[in-house]
Amino acid sequence: MTDALLVVDGLTKRFGGFTALSDISLRIQPGERLGLIGPNGSGKSTFTNCISGTLPIDAGSVTLDGRRLDGLPSHQRTRLGLARSFQLPRPFGSLTVAENLRVPMLYAGRGGTDTEAELLEMVGLGGKAAQRPGDLTQVEMRKLELARAMAASPRLLVADEAMAGLSNSEVDEILALLLRLNDQGVTIVLIEHIMRAVMAFSQRLVCLVAGRKIADGDPQDVIRNDDVLKAYLGE
Amino acid sequence: MSNLRFWACGLLLVLVGWLLGRLVSNEYAFFAGYSVLQYILLATAWNILGGYAGYVNFGTAAFFALGAYVSVALNKLYAPPLPVLIVAGGVASGLIGLLMGSLTLKLRGVFFSIATLALAIVSQAVITNWEFVGGSSGAYVLRPRVGPLGGSYIEYLFYTMLVMAVAAVALARTVERSKLGFGLAAIRDDEAAAEASGVPTLKLKLLATVASGTLMGMAGAPLPFYVAYLDPPSAFNLAYAVNTIAMPLVGGTGTWIGPVLGAILLTVVQETAMVTISSAANLLIVGLLMVGFITLAPNGIVGMVRKLRGDRR
Repeated sequence: MTDALLVVDGLTKRFGGFTALSDISLRIQPGERLGLIGPNGSGKSTFTNCISGTLPIDAGSVTLDGRRLDGLPSHQRTRLGLARSFQLPRPFGSLTVAENLRVPMLYAGRGGTDTEAELLEMVGLGGKAAQRPGDLTQVEMRKLELARAMAASPRLLVADEAMAGLSNSEVDEILALLLRLNDQGVTIVLIEHIMRAVMAFSQRLVCLVAGRKIADGDPQDVIRNDDVLKAYLGE
Repeated sequence: MSNLRFWACGLLLVLVGWLLGRLVSNEYAFFAGYSVLQYILLATAWNILGGYAGYVNFGTAAFFALGAYVSVALNKLYAPPLPVLIVAGGVASGLIGLLMGSLTLKLRGVFFSIATLALAIVSQAVITNWEFVGGSSGAYVLRPRVGPLGGSYIEYLFYTMLVMAVAAVALARTVERSKLGFGLAAIRDDEAAAEASGVPTLKLKLLATVASGTLMGMAGAPLPFYVAYLDPPSAFNLAYAVNTIAMPLVGGTGTWIGPVLGAILLTVVQETAMVTISSAANLLIVGLLMVGFITLAPNGIVGMVRKLRGDRR
């Protein structure tokens, strides 16, 4: 297992006296589709923020393709190939939809051949290039969020609750989109509460509870794991 | 319009301004014109950081007055030609921008603004206690009778300011449409998302602060010759800070044309008020216009025009 794309080793994050993440270790293989689940407050978003550089970590290391990421500012991690989408879409409101993609293409495009138009077409926002994000619907906003992360030509995409609050058919749309991206060779970590989507997407499932990794393995095994059931349903 | 053509138009504008100037015999026209151009330069400079990147600078007066006082000091020592003073003033204010930026740009939003306000107050205190440039009693600067191009010195100051204002606007427009401009817009809209999109936010903000400060210092460098007597209360006048924020707001932030429109409108209104009503009415009028625009047209004149045209941008 030396050829892992992302290696997280002993990652610990404290907020004052509260330990939000405790000694998390995780390896992600190139091309893998990993689901990350856990109850509210278990540290999933903190984990995203820690590996993408939004929050500094207190101990441990994050390595992408042999390169240490911890300590690097967020924008450098994006340039090295680790992109993230935000839980609540955070578009650039004064720019058009196409210009929203131009920002990462100008600053982090790592020689990808996709153009803005091709990317918008792929996520299904083809006709919306000249509109402002404020005019988009919720599901379109999520697609824009994913498209903007993709515009940085990442090798690893961390999708933080890209489907929360969407209808059933909209969840299917985003799911299909993520699978298509994975087909194109992008490794994806999906953080999600909607179990139907997580189970359909993930080749492997990791469960965080109270800042600790309590399960890691085949999705069917993980959801039958006693600790996982206890965390979700109580004793 | 391509950048090259825009710069060519700017050059043409300078030539036309010069030719018009040759026809004018009334000195007041140059005094008033200088004032308009100075504010176009200041408002454009402010807009690079405040309008493009969304970082509100209350410290315009500090950068501007620093340029003016570097001029006073150098003039007393060596009396170099005006362009040298302008470069020196720009460099000094740019360095202060770099220093202040590296100390404060990690602060976001309103905290950065308060730090700029503090800079203005601290630098006024320093200048007031610096006897070499006149301290609190101020400094007299002898304005030569004749400018190096023939004509009066005020006429020369007017042309100098014209060149700087046109160049600054052309620079702002170039920035707006460049990679840097997209990066700054991303910072203004959402800094965390900009960072996640690969934008080196700290570096870009620092760059904008230095550019903005440099232009403000350059705007201040000819001031001692324009007013002939400079003391701290007038160099650090509240009017500079208020006007420089009001002009882009009234004209429309985020575009190069906004500060130009705002500067022309507000300076003309203020000059008119000063001549017809009283010189004390100036800031009152600016305040009222600002309140009016913020409530009725938050995107300024540019925003109003775009709305009328049916474009939401």
